[in-house]
Amino acid sequence: MNTPTEASQTAAPSLAVFLRQNMREYGILIALVVIMVFFQIITGGVLFRPVNLTNLVLQNSFVVIMALGMLLVIVAGHIDLSVGSIVAIIGAVAAVMMVNYKIDPWTTSLVCLILGGVIGAAQGYWVAYHHIPAFIVTLAGMLIFRGLTLWLLGGMNIGPFPSEFQKLSTGFLPDLFNMGSLHSTSIILTVAIPALLVFLSWRSRKLNESHGIEVEPFAFFLAQNAVLVAVMLYLGYQLSTYKGFPNILVIMGVLIAFYTFVTTRTTIGRRVYALGGNEKATRLSGINTERLSFYTFINMGVLAGFAGLIVAARLNSSTPKAGNGFELDVIAACFIGGASTTGGVGKITGAVVGAFIMGVLNNGMSIMGLGIDFQQMVKGLVLLAAVVFDLYNKQKS
Amino acid sequence: MSTNVILEMRNITKTFPGVMALRDVSFSVEEGEIHALCGENGAGKSTLMKVLSGVYPHGTYDGEIHYNGELKTFGSIRDTEEEGIIIIHQELALIPMLSIAENIFLGNEVAKGGVINWAEATRRTSELLAKVGLKENPSTLITHIGVGKQQLVEIAKALSKKVKLLILDEPTASLNESDSNALLDLLLEFKKQGLTSIIISHKLNEISRVADKITVLRDGATVETLDCHAEKISEARIIRGMVGRELSDRFPKRVPHIGETIFEVRNWTAYHPLHADRKISNAINLNVKRGEVVGIAGLMGAGRTEFAMSVFGRAYGRKISGEVLINGKPADVSTVERAIRSGLAYVTEDRKQLGLVLINNVMHNTTLANHKAVSKNFVIDEHVERKAANEYRQKLRIRTPSIYQDVVNLSGGNQQKVVLAKWLFANPDVLILDEPTRGIDVGAKYEIYTIVNDLVAAGKAVIFISSEMPELLGTCDRIYVMNEGAVVAEMPVAEASQENIMGAIMRSGEKV
Repeated sequence: MNTPTEASQTAAPSLAVFLRQNMREYGILIALVVIMVFFQIITGGVLFRPVNLTNLVLQNSFVVIMALGMLLVIVAGHIDLSVGSIVAIIGAVAAVMMVNYKIDPWTTSLVCLILGGVIGAAQGYWVAYHHIPAFIVTLAGMLIFRGLTLWLLGGMNIGPFPSEFQKLSTGFLPDLFNMGSLHSTSIILTVAIPALLVFLSWRSRKLNESHGIEVEPFAFFLAQNAVLVAVMLYLGYQLSTYKGFPNILVIMGVLIAFYTFVTTRTTIGRRVYALGGNEKATRLSGINTERLSFYTFINMGVLAGFAGLIVAARLNSSTPKAGNGFELDVIAACFIGGASTTGGVGKITGAVVGAFIMGVLNNGMSIMGLGIDFQQMVKGLVLLAAVVFDLYNKQKS
Repeated sequence: MSTNVILEMRNITKTFPGVMALRDVSFSVEEGEIHALCGENGAGKSTLMKVLSGVYPHGTYDGEIHYNGELKTFGSIRDTEEEGIIIIHQELALIPMLSIAENIFLGNEVAKGGVINWAEATRRTSELLAKVGLKENPSTLITHIGVGKQQLVEIAKALSKKVKLLILDEPTASLNESDSNALLDLLLEFKKQGLTSIIISHKLNEISRVADKITVLRDGATVETLDCHAEKISEARIIRGMVGRELSDRFPKRVPHIGETIFEVRNWTAYHPLHADRKISNAINLNVKRGEVVGIAGLMGAGRTEFAMSVFGRAYGRKISGEVLINGKPADVSTVERAIRSGLAYVTEDRKQLGLVLINNVMHNTTLANHKAVSKNFVIDEHVERKAANEYRQKLRIRTPSIYQDVVNLSGGNQQKVVLAKWLFANPDVLILDEPTRGIDVGAKYEIYTIVNDLVAAGKAVIFISSEMPELLGTCDRIYVMNEGAVVAEMPVAEASQENIMGAIMRSGEKV
């Protein structure tokens, strides 16, 4: 958090002071860029190849989506260890419905999302209203839902799914115009989205200035936007030269935008942060903290259910082992992204960047041909380093 | 009676950020006596004892401690315990799920090479328990014995450390009459064996029974030391020493404009959340009128906070019964949310634990109890919110670099103002202030009294809970006195004095 400095009283803080104050947020972004550049070089340019970038998105979408829900759970002061098992059980239910009972994918998906919410509610009920530690409740859930999956699938894989369902994970945006080797819809979005983002951030800067709120130095604002636009244009272009934007990328983008809005601009988001920061004070401010905790678990359940559908669609079959260990990737993403283990602190953007750091590490090391053994060690060290970095920052301020 | 001075504390000064807790305090204790330390809440008794026992190590305070004639620089509790100075805190420091024997030797185990000799530990525990007259098995868990017996275990633990100077901070605060008497008899018995003790207590009848000398502290300074053998010391005499300061213009003037009754509590009874048979509020009746400041006086543990919190959305207690009327109509205060909607606000005495989200900024804390006023369809309008926060920052003169400052970085007085800002922003009709000036300096106190005056001038009603009687006399129109969960007296401020508030408390205590 920001510390009082002489700069916060003057109109325009110097660049150095501003950077120091926002060390954590930019630090993790810089870490992601450094890791990407490192693997780009060491893999001889494979990382940023269009086909690999597409894979990167497809492989990590479900971790990112679950990290959105997990961040809220962690900010509220809880944890959810069961998400990997929810992924598995939802995949299994979807398989049984679509393959065994021939129910259409849309109905199946809706039922699965609701089921995810019900599972979240069942766990959230014990955590929120009976104050049983979330660690225990969701550890139990992790075992229960994994067991249910095994029972439901009878230890076998069920598949394949209707092609309509597979498109959730393997489909791409339709190509609206013929632009030769470039995917037209994607290239339009590639230009439109950064333009929109720059416009929005410029407008909010102007608005803040007109209200006399301190804004970041203009040079910094320019540089930040320029880098952002450059990165987005490059990545968007690369994707457009292959099959275009995957469907799941668009869904993910919408969800990230939605949850960023919820956490930063709505009363619900504000209250979740207050709850994690001091539950008693929040309750004595007339906020129903129990219901709020309950909601964060329902939300997590729905998102984990959605991730279960994505994983099933991607593998084109449901397996008893689906989602094994996902909870650790998701939780690690949140902590790498700056969430606090004691609650009350954390950002959606941080969790997303954290998820991509994990994803790029996985992907990069796989390209290098490093085994799973080595990959796990590196991921563990990165998680530890991120938390140590946080601690160091906190002590310095 | 020997005249050998065992302890002398000279010119002790201890400051906390923003507050001077002890100012040039000198205090001396003779060997083999029971020395009582009296004073109002916040007078500095506990702070002085924490300085003595090494809780605040040498270097964090000014002044000298001489013990057995030597200048001492204690760096930790361990140092003082080695010298035989043992403190028993008001909140007992026993581990509930460990046995009596384990607790007595915790940190001081009867062990060789890390392996505990249980036979020896049990034997020594039995000896110690016999000394304090406690008939319990050494292997009984602490959680299974009552508070009175736990207090005896604490004393046995002190004995196990070869205690020479025993400090007891409010040892009888949570004990009933017979347990208290047993404890005091034990102290007298130990005195005969040569033990020196210092006892902090609010119960003046107990003090006059056991003490040889009484030192009175007020506002962090020594007022006087009374010798109980030289003259007969009456309780009134002690009270005069404790409260005898002038009420000058420490309080802003106010001309009361009192209207009709706005808030009334009828026959309010509540039980302790854990001990289902202990009443924390006993058939309380109370009312407040528009434009009126009503005080609730009482000692620590009188049940004022518990009463206020049980009224405010049943945030404390169980089996709550009784009626709340706002503007003459029954009001639903069954949850905090509903209590706020009914026009009630409660400013907690514990701002850090219950009042503020410390890691959030001033703005977020200010609007926390009234998001409705800064949002539309769940979406917060940041400009409205910022304006509101800035308005209250100016109104209450909250000293902070900006409203984006995390409240953890503010001083106590300014944190208290943020809590007030939060509740003023919720726009209540009735505001319950629980120890709103605790731990803040005189200047900030004055500002808070001014805010209270402004509130009632605007037609609101204020219930002012405070343990500082001058404060109640200086700000209130009417005062209720509480003791042991019940209202024991009610008086208009014109008839109230510190002596007769104390008197009402003492009389009610004797009746029990």
